Amino acid sequence: MQTATPPLLRLAGIVKRYPAVTALDGVRLEVAAGEIHAVLGENGAGKSTLMKTIYGVVQPDAGAIEWRGAPVAIPDPVAARGLGIAMVFQHFALFESLTVAENIALALPGRFGLTELGERIAEISARYGLPVNPWRSVHELSVGERQRAEIVRCLLQSPRLLIMDEPTSVLTPQAVEQLFDTLRALAREGTAILYVSHKLDEIRRLCDRATILRGGHNAGEVDPRAESEAALAERMIGRAFPETQKRAHARGASALRVSELNLAPDGPFGVALHSINLDVQRGEVLGIAGISGNGQAEFLAALSGERRVSPREISLAGTAVGHLDAGERRGLGLAYVPEERLGRGAVPGMTLAENALLTASRNGMVRAGLVDWPAAEAYAGRCIREFDVRAAGPHAEARSLSGGNLQKFIVGREMMQRPGVMVLAQPTWGVDVAATALIRQRILDLAAAGVAVLVVSEDLGEILEICDRVAVMAGGRLSPVREVAETHAAEIGAWMAGGFLQ
Amino acid sequence: MQWGSPLVAVAVTFLLGAAAFAAMGEPPLAALHALFVAPLNDLNGVAELLLKASPLCLIALGLAVGFRSNIWNIGAEGQMYIGAVFATGLAIHFQDRWGGWMLPAMVLAGIAGGLAWAAIVAALRAHLHASEILVSLMLTYVAALIVKYLVFGPWQDPAANNFPFTVSFDENALFSPLMNYLAALEGTRLNTSLLLTLAAIPLTWVFMKFSFTAFRLRVAGDAPAAARYAGHSEKRAIWIALLVGGAAAGLAGVTEIAGPIGNLNDRWTPGYGFTAIIVAALGRLHPAGIAAASLLMALLYIGGETAQVALQLPRAIAYVFQGLLLMALLACEVLVHFRLQWTASTRSSQAA
Repeated sequence: MQTATPPLLRLAGIVKRYPAVTALDGVRLEVAAGEIHAVLGENGAGKSTLMKTIYGVVQPDAGAIEWRGAPVAIPDPVAARGLGIAMVFQHFALFESLTVAENIALALPGRFGLTELGERIAEISARYGLPVNPWRSVHELSVGERQRAEIVRCLLQSPRLLIMDEPTSVLTPQAVEQLFDTLRALAREGTAILYVSHKLDEIRRLCDRATILRGGHNAGEVDPRAESEAALAERMIGRAFPETQKRAHARGASALRVSELNLAPDGPFGVALHSINLDVQRGEVLGIAGISGNGQAEFLAALSGERRVSPREISLAGTAVGHLDAGERRGLGLAYVPEERLGRGAVPGMTLAENALLTASRNGMVRAGLVDWPAAEAYAGRCIREFDVRAAGPHAEARSLSGGNLQKFIVGREMMQRPGVMVLAQPTWGVDVAATALIRQRILDLAAAGVAVLVVSEDLGEILEICDRVAVMAGGRLSPVREVAETHAAEIGAWMAGGFLQ
Repeated sequence: MQWGSPLVAVAVTFLLGAAAFAAMGEPPLAALHALFVAPLNDLNGVAELLLKASPLCLIALGLAVGFRSNIWNIGAEGQMYIGAVFATGLAIHFQDRWGGWMLPAMVLAGIAGGLAWAAIVAALRAHLHASEILVSLMLTYVAALIVKYLVFGPWQDPAANNFPFTVSFDENALFSPLMNYLAALEGTRLNTSLLLTLAAIPLTWVFMKFSFTAFRLRVAGDAPAAARYAGHSEKRAIWIALLVGGAAAGLAGVTEIAGPIGNLNDRWTPGYGFTAIIVAALGRLHPAGIAAASLLMALLYIGGETAQVALQLPRAIAYVFQGLLLMALLACEVLVHFRLQWTASTRSSQAA
């Protein structure tokens, strides 16, 4: 790639300090036109800050930015778009009640007719294989379709550089392939793509070059196709990649049974559940794959007791519990790690000791209606030690912890209650590699100890790694349950798109 | 940090108040002196201060429990009226027969009255999702009308020449004056109900810090989704939050009518139930803070009276200060969490 022409974008010595941390410490990055360039790193490595710097959201404290060989300042996203830089965010910024065309019209400068815009959207989506109907309301779209709408919105501005932040975290394997084809087509036309991810296999399949960040520093620039996943991971986390160990264990009696569960949606954008049947046995990890928004939230609320159903629809070790609330089900040995950590799994402004009391109060923390604070602090302290939670101590506020550490705390708090049935939703979403490995290992250990574990996850790799059996949720229905050893990603992927519904 | 905004708010209130006096042509320092210092020059002044602070503190303690769970009971005034009505009903019918049991029975009846009035709010909120703010506020006016009906009608003292009040309570239906036990308090109106308030302060502190119920109320207020996840009943939180406030307000009603007032009439409260909301907020929902804030607000009440006498200022000056204080407090809370940014004009998005 070394030619006389300067690279499209060159960053050198970029420094960004926040009051407590230095997010970027002298980072350099070079992107050439027509290149698919990966930015690889753990959570907190500085990937997002670097991308925000390029997109003008964050101003660096030091460092130089060159665009096509000339030094530039990018004071805000308007300036970034003026240069030809577009960004697809991890969390989409679309208005649910508007159509795709209306959403895109809001983002574009200048005056134009909606009909004309709709035609341009249709043309772009046909050209790059991004099927999206401009006249549908956003709330009717799947996550994949929403992402395509965002990409189309960016492409309408004919960008020279397209930034994609963790784009595949919500896609089926088939949709990922489709996205990769689009990105390759764009690159052939000369658009540079910055692809931010921590998924090594995807980067090795898609990208020409990779800049690796670790703790705000450059940790190497490599050709990802020439490196093994283990080698990339080692550069990314600075030590050998932790691997989970499955222990041999036997499955036992049924511990959690769901029979003919039906549930009406609880809001205009909710999903109805249709005759769901499931049987989780002691000593197994059963995974439920599928894209969020297909009934997972409703299913989990019914399982946890946050929404009540008729008694027989859910039973714990043979006892009908559908009519009981979440606290009563806890008393019968159900533990649950919700997807939302702050505000649901933990109260942000409360200390870890108080958050231990939140669900583990039955473990000798309340006597005669009074709280035994030393017991709650001891429980939180034990959880911090045993689950390697990086926190100042039991008096640290939940919101002061990073996502991964808070998740380790919540998982630990639930597991330490010695449950008979453990339900986890997106256990490692947004969690760094080391914490992910720890959490997955503890899930496997728990199953080996005879606990029935149910994992609901969008991450198919996770499901295939830790589960014994797997089912897929789509459109509020549950697929048949398969042994993981007897299925493969393609079949699960087809089911995620609703393929089991005939 | 926690106490920063109330202290700043008090300081801002004094500054604004001084400016208001200056605008009215009064020397600000002399006026402030008349309002806040002169009333405390003698023992009687201090006693009057405690007498007014006591019901404020009691009500605010109860309200604070509910406010911590984001349940906004604005109707303590009405709950106090009904508490007083229940206690008066017992007193005027049985005070010549029940002897020493009269006052304890009135206290229980007062609490029951406050509970009953708050229970209406709780039932409507928990089961029909009606706004507790509106319901509790509107019920205050209903309660005021009930009191008016009773003192102008069936409970009116026949010997009162058509003035709207009930017969005076006998000694066994009144809290006994503290000067009976402590000669140093000779001439003051302080009574044993002050001891109830003094006991309530540490009890509320223990309840807030150590009871599991109070913890659940806080979770319900801070993170409702976490409360549902943990299996705490939302309805239970609503009921407890409102009932504690109602009980405290009902009790405060008894301490007034069976204390300095001595009967039930239609204008016996200077708005304790509403002022207590400011007290609870100013005290950061903490029992010690509430005790201090209730003294300050009581000082405003009696200072308003002395300022009226000494400087011929309108009595409304006390309410002006209450309002200033509440506004300053709310402004401080906002400014602690947000920063003002002055911009010349917003740039057009077409500029790109």
